[in-house]
Amino acid sequence: MSYRNDPYDPKQAVLLDPSALEAAVADAEKAFAAAADLDALQVLKPAHLGDRSPVSLARREIGSLPPAAKSDAGKRVNIARQAVQAAYDARQAELEVERAARVLVEERVDVTLPWSRRPRGARHPLTTLMEHMGDIFVGMGYDIVDGPQLELEWANFDALNIGPDNPVRGASDTFFVDLPGLVMRTHTSPGQVRTMLDRQPPIYVVSPGRVYRTDELDATHSPVFHQIEGLVIDEGITMAHLRGTLDHFAKAMLGPEAKTRWRPHYFPFTEPSAEFDVWFPQHRDGARWVEWGGCGMVNPRVLTACGIDPAVYSGFAFGMGVERTLMFRNGVSDMRDMVEGDVRFTTNFANGGMKR
Amino acid sequence: MKTSLSWLREFVELPAEITASELDTALTNLGMEVEGIVDQAGTILGDLVVGRVLTIEELTGFKKPIRFTTVDVGRDAPQEIVCGARNFAEGDLVVVILPGGELPGGFKIGARKTYGRNSHGMICSAAELGLSGDHSGIIVLPAGTAAPGVDARPVVGLDDVLIEVEITPDRGYEMSVRGIARELATYFGVPFTDPASRSVAGATAEVPWPVTVEDTVGCDRFAARVVRGIDPAAQSPEWMQRRLIAAGIRAISLPVDITNYLMLEFGQPMHVFDLQRLRGGLTVRRARAGEKLTTLDGVVRVLDAEDMVICDETGPISLAAVMGGETSEWQEGTVDVLLEAAHWDSVMVGRTARRHKLFSEAAKRWERGVDPSLPLAALQKAVDILVEHAGGVVDEHVLDIDHVVAPVALTLPADAPARLIGLPYSSSDVASLLRKVGCEVTGDQVLSVVPPTWRPDLVAPIDLVEEVARLGGYNEIPSVLPPAGSSNGLTPAQKRRRSVGRSLAENGYVEVLSYPFVSPGTADALGLPPADPRRSAVRLTNPLSEEEPLLRTTLLGPLLGILKRNLGRGRRDVALFEAGTVFLPHLTSTAPPELGVDRRPDNAEWSAANAIVPEQPWHLAVVLTGDIEPAGWWGPGRAATWADAIEAARVTLSAAGVPDGLVTVRAAEHAPWHPGRCAEILVDGTVVGHAGELHPAVLAAFELPKRTSAAEIDLDALPDAPVVDAPKISTFPPALIDVALVLDRTVPAAEVQAALAEGAGALLESVALFDVYESEQVGEGKRSLAYKLTFRAPDRTLTSEETIAARDAAVAVTASRFGAVLRGA
Repeated sequence: MSYRNDPYDPKQAVLLDPSALEAAVADAEKAFAAAADLDALQVLKPAHLGDRSPVSLARREIGSLPPAAKSDAGKRVNIARQAVQAAYDARQAELEVERAARVLVEERVDVTLPWSRRPRGARHPLTTLMEHMGDIFVGMGYDIVDGPQLELEWANFDALNIGPDNPVRGASDTFFVDLPGLVMRTHTSPGQVRTMLDRQPPIYVVSPGRVYRTDELDATHSPVFHQIEGLVIDEGITMAHLRGTLDHFAKAMLGPEAKTRWRPHYFPFTEPSAEFDVWFPQHRDGARWVEWGGCGMVNPRVLTACGIDPAVYSGFAFGMGVERTLMFRNGVSDMRDMVEGDVRFTTNFANGGMKR
Repeated sequence: MKTSLSWLREFVELPAEITASELDTALTNLGMEVEGIVDQAGTILGDLVVGRVLTIEELTGFKKPIRFTTVDVGRDAPQEIVCGARNFAEGDLVVVILPGGELPGGFKIGARKTYGRNSHGMICSAAELGLSGDHSGIIVLPAGTAAPGVDARPVVGLDDVLIEVEITPDRGYEMSVRGIARELATYFGVPFTDPASRSVAGATAEVPWPVTVEDTVGCDRFAARVVRGIDPAAQSPEWMQRRLIAAGIRAISLPVDITNYLMLEFGQPMHVFDLQRLRGGLTVRRARAGEKLTTLDGVVRVLDAEDMVICDETGPISLAAVMGGETSEWQEGTVDVLLEAAHWDSVMVGRTARRHKLFSEAAKRWERGVDPSLPLAALQKAVDILVEHAGGVVDEHVLDIDHVVAPVALTLPADAPARLIGLPYSSSDVASLLRKVGCEVTGDQVLSVVPPTWRPDLVAPIDLVEEVARLGGYNEIPSVLPPAGSSNGLTPAQKRRRSVGRSLAENGYVEVLSYPFVSPGTADALGLPPADPRRSAVRLTNPLSEEEPLLRTTLLGPLLGILKRNLGRGRRDVALFEAGTVFLPHLTSTAPPELGVDRRPDNAEWSAANAIVPEQPWHLAVVLTGDIEPAGWWGPGRAATWADAIEAARVTLSAAGVPDGLVTVRAAEHAPWHPGRCAEILVDGTVVGHAGELHPAVLAAFELPKRTSAAEIDLDALPDAPVVDAPKISTFPPALIDVALVLDRTVPAAEVQAALAEGAGALLESVALFDVYESEQVGEGKRSLAYKLTFRAPDRTLTSEETIAARDAAVAVTASRFGAVLRGA
């Protein structure tokens, strides 16, 4: 094709030449692709999209074309310019993504650095275990009751059919004080006596708490320890209800395979009375029966002393040691660990020491 | 109670192949606690064989004579054995344990060189085999007993099963072979032969020895037999010795062994007097207060008017039912004996045993209850055995002073067991089970039940229900949940304790549960002033440690001890809390009124009784030392200070649901705190506790680090958490404005803040102290407190004029109240 007869200087229109435009686009694409980062890309922008860039200069030349050629040339220039702009935008987007990724890499930290600037404390596992036990009974419709630890001898003994000649009332079992008629309670049952004096049946209560006996501290004894005892008084209460309650409690505490086994025993405050074992499959030394506590039907003499008519109401009572439970459930091998207050023992139980 | 299976089998036809585990289950389900079931055959491991002594060579030149023997033990070659005993001759049959065996107590037998000779095993004495206490020589078996090489266990009686059970205090009848055999017969449904049912010589009009019982309450039966001219050298037969040893009782002499043997077999404690040492007739009576008696153990006992004694003309010669006296008891050489079998009041015996701390085997049985029908049968058997082994002449007269009251019939509604046990026991089931334990039962809907004489524990219908449940089998009882109760959930106090504990744990405090026992010196160590009510403490009369007889009146004493223990174990940064009771006695210490058990105490009696119970409020305390925020790679730590203790108190109150607006903190001087670094914490104007740094002297006394801080709050003094009104949340923007006030440095910041809040009025949303500054520029004795005030209106955006007016009003109150000057104004 020849424009030899055109009245224009062919040099002046050379930028509008299709091959020149193609070359300009190709140059721009190559240059942009070679830009290593956004700053370099920015530097290249005037050369390929600025006023003095080939496509801009080509646009200026359009005015010198004959009218018939203008439209065609304009289209070509636009196409070329859009191609350069697109190349620029694409590269810019690419580099922005790269930069964002690089920033994330540069901001990387060692997430394993410790940040224990606010040390956590812990509640004592006996406290949380008693709460856990109490909650199971609250769920079964019981109230949680307590009474004084320095207690009336009558409430601790007499009302519970532990007569004046019972050896446990001696100084070799019970702590006495310099105030007449008072002892350090030897079980949490006097709290239940107080409950019976305060309200009429139906009574569904548990009493977790601290009790005292004159045992020297060693690996398995402590003069101060904790019990949880339960008392139910209602019409028509039977030993079967007692068994159902203990079985349910055992499962709630120790898992669905837990169950209880009873052995006839003697307690002054219950009759019939039993000691009970619990089947504990997760015992650290292998599944086994573990001695857990005592239970029985409330002795009618106790009901009478507490103002409840045994002809109308019957009831059951049970109790177990909280330390004992923690020992077999959590593998505590020495009573002293629970007593001494070493923070290393207690912080170990920050989660309460049980499945949630 | 210890006994053996062969002894039991004499009276109960137990299955021949019964295993230890079956026996254990049976005894357990009958209500006995099985302490041990030991097959004697297993107590000696390895080869225990009969041997024949072939040669004896006397070895000399050692400290004692030693024999080197060869013994035929049924092997190819004779066994060479060195032996220290001398009571045997060539040709005797002996018992030999061969190398590899093990005697009781873990004594392993090997082949070894001793006294210059090789010894392959040991010739055994009865003591070494655990058969008796006889160390006097080795066992020489009667000729022809068995051939060398056969197992010696059955030959020497090591073929029994030893049984040890713990008997509950209500079941005295189980303290005997008779009782346990009867229970096992019931359990297995096999025949039982009562050892006491034998032909017995009854009481005669004339007595073998004059006896007067003055107190038939303490002693409702007294029986005696007399045997004269026994061989004082007669030994107890081997079978008896073996059974006594199995029961853990030492063999002493034939007459004494017989009484012990029958106590074990029948459950009837007995006593044997030397007739020639008695001075005149016997009198059974209460002791006179202060009367003295030297008991068998050589101790002079000062008697109580409640004790029962047996006296002759010289006075008390036996502390009845508990222990004999020195002057009347059988002794070596006794030829004429008076055997006594009585029945004593169980309450009396229990008290006497405890009073004199004499818990003899006899006392244990009397206290639990002994069958009053036994004396004549026991005496008969005693006399029979005595005469058989020691000869002598039995006095034909039999003494029996009998005031025993027969058991009375109990009335039991036949449906009572079913109603209480929850199993459908019929009337005939109930009657049949009760007959099994020896009751006579008549009636149908209402049963009339006469307990057997050996069951003095069956006194109320409920006792019969227990027997039905026990014999019917506890583990037959179904598992049924009762109808649910109607819980009120946790009480406010219970919720508060949990919430406080959780909050403190989340704030870095570790809970401890200390013993509440403190020493009298604790009050001084804490620096409590002389009139401080915390010096008035309840005292244990029988403390475990004489050094710590008092009950705590503040949690801090024990808690500081535990803090010190943790520091001693290498911790440096420790923050502890404890929630528990303190014991605050009333000033008076009158005894509570006597309350009975036959009815509920009335309200007046009950409140009078409770009036003497010391107050036992639930306190909360924290102690902390070292860094509360540890140093680390992030930089230095922050040491715990008085301020952290006060913050712990605030956290406690907040967790307890006390609104911040009710809490006031102000300076106080209160032991054991540093007088310049102690705050009292008030709720609604009432002091509920203190917090701050401990007094340096207290820290020195407890040997704790400087700056150790503490707080103690009376949780029971806190008001119940109120129902909270919801705030209105304004969505309009806040207006923030800072003020720096110059004041005397003695003006408490809390009061300045309160004054600002008061002056700022309703538009003030919050006020926060962000700088405390002292300098020469601020002025001598002055400090600058800088607060950020945030204002916001519920219904509009505040103008700057409104905001400034509110700020000025706030500052004005501080100016008029404390002379505050707005800095930079």
